[in-house]
Amino acid sequence: MKILGKLTILLCGVLLLVFTMEFPDWGDPDSPASTHLSPYFIQHTMEDTAVPNIVTSVLADYRGYDTMFETTVILTAGLACFLLLRIERKKVPHRYYRHEPTGVTLRMEGDKFPRNSAVFQRMDANWVPYDFVISRTCRLIIPFIQIFALYVVAHGHHSPGGGFQGGVLMGASVILFAISHSLRAAIKSFSEKTAALLSVTGVFIYAGTGALCLIFGEVFLNYSALAPLFGNDRIMARSHGILMVEIGVAVAVTAVMIWIYYNLSSAGKQDEGL
Amino acid sequence: MIWQLELIILLLVIICAIAAITVRDLLSSALLLGAYSFLLCLIWAVMGAVDVAFTEATVGAGVSTVFCVAAVFHTTRRTKD
Repeated sequence: MKILGKLTILLCGVLLLVFTMEFPDWGDPDSPASTHLSPYFIQHTMEDTAVPNIVTSVLADYRGYDTMFETTVILTAGLACFLLLRIERKKVPHRYYRHEPTGVTLRMEGDKFPRNSAVFQRMDANWVPYDFVISRTCRLIIPFIQIFALYVVAHGHHSPGGGFQGGVLMGASVILFAISHSLRAAIKSFSEKTAALLSVTGVFIYAGTGALCLIFGEVFLNYSALAPLFGNDRIMARSHGILMVEIGVAVAVTAVMIWIYYNLSSAGKQDEGL
Repeated sequence: MIWQLELIILLLVIICAIAAITVRDLLSSALLLGAYSFLLCLIWAVMGAVDVAFTEATVGAGVSTVFCVAAVFHTTRRTKD
């Protein structure tokens, strides 16, 4: 059976390699994509959308539908993680606390836990002493990551980047905070409710922009309809529409990344993390 | 770009990919997957797909590695049942 499996894999691999030879060469000017699609985008992007970065305009404007459902896929991933992991577990809750003056670690059961106590410090079951240097360094880095994330979102029209990358960076900054401090500290500043709400809001912003175009009497996701709203011509309106959509994507991706991390790192309990 | 360097990166990608599925430790497998993503990101950048490279670096090498490590942390060496 093992040999049969290996043979199948080898055969599939060889077939795949053989038929990859039939593909047009990399950067081949005679391939169908280079003769029909790419020249159109290269020649018309600037006059159609006033966006210098062709990739952004293709992603958010020419293929706006595609990106909208990509955002929905990410939301679905977050929801799937939530529905799979976040189940009520009926177990006697126990927590670990350290008594600061004596340095003794206590295992407490029941529901009478010391809250906001100066003497007892909450510890995680697989507790790694959070290093002072690491936590301070991360504290220093996080604002810069967040500024960079905002820059990536806002500057997606001119340079590589956009909603997805900026959103992931923004989410990563909160995840870094959760790793370097503790999951509870992160949840205190960015709660699960916020994450759930924002992830839906992001998709809503995207679809809402499309619906707004419908209200202004054009096709779904045709941003030129928004010209009266932004107060400029139809071409610049597309550029602004792309920015709106990118912000929606960034909000959704940020929230979903954080949400997935909360659920994965705490096995759905959102009580103790890594 | 220098083609020798490109070849080295491509070989490293293949080595990382094979190592990630053959290695027995799940944590090292997750980290190898991160290394694989990062090297692939370099290849995207070489081929001129800077946007894809950026996505690969943030999603592939960054967040998904963190997710994998977080998931591996909740596994045990032996089954509990």
